[in-house]
Amino acid sequence: MADVAATPNRTLAGILTARRGRGRLHWTDVFTYAYLALGVALMFGPVAWLVLSSFKTQAGILEFPPTLLPLGQISAEVEGHDDPLPLFRVTMEDGSVRELAQIRRVGIVAQMVDPDDPGERLDVPIADREPIREFRIAWENYTEPLERFNFLTYLNNSVIVTVAATLITLLINSMAAYGLAIYEFRGRNAVMLFVIGTLMIPITIILVPTYLVVTQLGMVNTLWAVIIPGCATPTGVFLLRQYMLTIPRDLIEAARMDKASEWQIYWRIVLPLSLPAIAVLAIFSVMWRWNDFLWPLIVLNRSEVYTLQIGLNAFQGELNVQWHFVLAMTVVALIPVTVVFAFLQRFITTGIASSGMK
Amino acid sequence: MTEIQLNGVLKAYGDVEVIHGIDLHVHSGQFVVFVGPSGCGKSTLLRIIAGLEQVTGGEVVIDGDVVNAVPASERGLAMVFQSYALYPHMSVYKNMAFGLENSKMPRAEIDSRVQEAAGMLQITPYLNRRPKALSGGQRQRVAIGRAIVRDPKAFLFDEPLSNLDAELRVAMRKELAALHAKLGGTMIYVTHDQVEAMTLADTIVVLNAGRVEQAGTPLDLYNRPRNTFVAGFIGSPRMNLMQAVAEPGAGGGMELVAGGQRIALPAVDGIEPGDTVTFGIRPEHMDIVDEADADMSASVDLTEQLGGETYLFCTPEGLPQITVHRLGQFPVRRGETVHLRLQRAVLHLFDRDGRVVTNGIGELDPANGAAR
Repeated sequence: MADVAATPNRTLAGILTARRGRGRLHWTDVFTYAYLALGVALMFGPVAWLVLSSFKTQAGILEFPPTLLPLGQISAEVEGHDDPLPLFRVTMEDGSVRELAQIRRVGIVAQMVDPDDPGERLDVPIADREPIREFRIAWENYTEPLERFNFLTYLNNSVIVTVAATLITLLINSMAAYGLAIYEFRGRNAVMLFVIGTLMIPITIILVPTYLVVTQLGMVNTLWAVIIPGCATPTGVFLLRQYMLTIPRDLIEAARMDKASEWQIYWRIVLPLSLPAIAVLAIFSVMWRWNDFLWPLIVLNRSEVYTLQIGLNAFQGELNVQWHFVLAMTVVALIPVTVVFAFLQRFITTGIASSGMK
Repeated sequence: MTEIQLNGVLKAYGDVEVIHGIDLHVHSGQFVVFVGPSGCGKSTLLRIIAGLEQVTGGEVVIDGDVVNAVPASERGLAMVFQSYALYPHMSVYKNMAFGLENSKMPRAEIDSRVQEAAGMLQITPYLNRRPKALSGGQRQRVAIGRAIVRDPKAFLFDEPLSNLDAELRVAMRKELAALHAKLGGTMIYVTHDQVEAMTLADTIVVLNAGRVEQAGTPLDLYNRPRNTFVAGFIGSPRMNLMQAVAEPGAGGGMELVAGGQRIALPAVDGIEPGDTVTFGIRPEHMDIVDEADADMSASVDLTEQLGGETYLFCTPEGLPQITVHRLGQFPVRRGETVHLRLQRAVLHLFDRDGRVVTNGIGELDPANGAAR
């Protein structure tokens, strides 16, 4: 058995039960697991809460104290009432327990009725009643917005923006990075410093000037207004440039000797060799564009061109927020990024490690 | 057939000049080897010819045209890099075809050229592999193949064998020589290994610190080194170089006094009594003789018995260690004293500045002190 413990166990169970030494738990094991559990709770807790809550009914979400699982209160049709009434388990004064439907609540007293005997009304202190609940998933949170709102339009817009913007970003950023990493010209470092310098300008500063430019170009309320302004990212240029600097110079020179033009060197040598870094930038770009909120909110004012994030915002009315829809649609909005990330995440580690960037 | 000429080529990086005016003429069809210690500028010179580096002064002439302003891709030369520089994401075939595709050659012709070169280099079975799946020697062949298919004006090799193991290096060296005999193109080859230079070259150019020390055929350099640098660099094991002071000798001759040794020589033009000189003698040019005939006596520190030949490492009194080469087997023990006579005909004398005075002198005639 000792030998088994010594060989690393790479299965999921092996990783989850890994410990420092053989035999008993070391205090560092306890500490590590506690620390990691805290990390998981902090990172994953809100997401789990979001997903669970998205299946709750509107009433379930607003309930206090909140429940973890989507539990819905059972309601019953009662003669003489148009809407179904919520059912409660009530402890009567004589100690007996009855199931009653609540008509209304007045202060600390609830006016209740027995569904089997609709004629009789009972006044019960609210402390003596307890809602009868069942595990119920509110699928309508998902289905209703898909039918009632232009969800598919928003999704479509978001996909167009994300895909187009990512492709353009990859193309022009890699071209810029090629220029700054491979092509030699006077003042290259100055240009690079200038590009890096733009990282220090927060988006809020350039919001208004960019808006004016976009307006002048007549792009307001078109998807191009969202796609184009953010395509040239200093982060992307820097990331790709750093990676391209690691490509051996001999390869570039061999290509030059092979009569390749600068474009051919870029397209056929440098670009394929930079794929790990490109993948990293692709993931970043997809995440940025998919989750982008502020800029689309400014330039998109008509609901046909809303992206998902802006569409979600529309569920927030001035007076009431339809949390059950917001939560459900947020879950839907999360899915594509999660999928992209799952497929490309192995590039992130290799790409980030080899581009020397965080 | 291509001639390459360098006229007063200068290269500086910022304020640091690394090539100090080189004049060189590479004749058509020649195999020229640039050799020198690391940092001597030989690779830089090759890259200047290739067009990968710009000259600071002087001109590069290919077939009568000054190509200073012509980019590397337009010079029509092919280069084999030390690191092979194979494109890792392309198959061997694609690697070799890349240059041809760039010059918009028809597919059929590309294919026939690649197949022909692959056949010549025996890499046909690997054409669909990636470079990662090849051994060092195979990669080297691919790199050479990539140069061959282009049918370039001249081939440039930048230390192409230095990443191979010793055995493979010898084999590839032979193949390169055979390749040159077959293709007959102009080739410029950079190496720091003087054995490669000696075996491959029609002309060796010895470079040191950005200057040409000497250019000539391998044996010319071996027999008539122009200075102590070339004398010490060409030949393996190296020539024994020792400092001495010239003194008047008996009968009008002179004596070289080095440490505790006195070597009687006829008078040599250009060396006056009192001059400091360096004398050089190759390991195989020393005979082991009786004490009476000897120029110097040395105690043996170490012997290397290789069976067919023997190397003695011995220290003459007051001088640094010297190497003596003997053919055959030569039983001698550590600490023994051997008596050595230098063959006068191949004794090299250099002046104080290391420039050659003579590459061989006569025997001393005891009668009049002049060379016989």
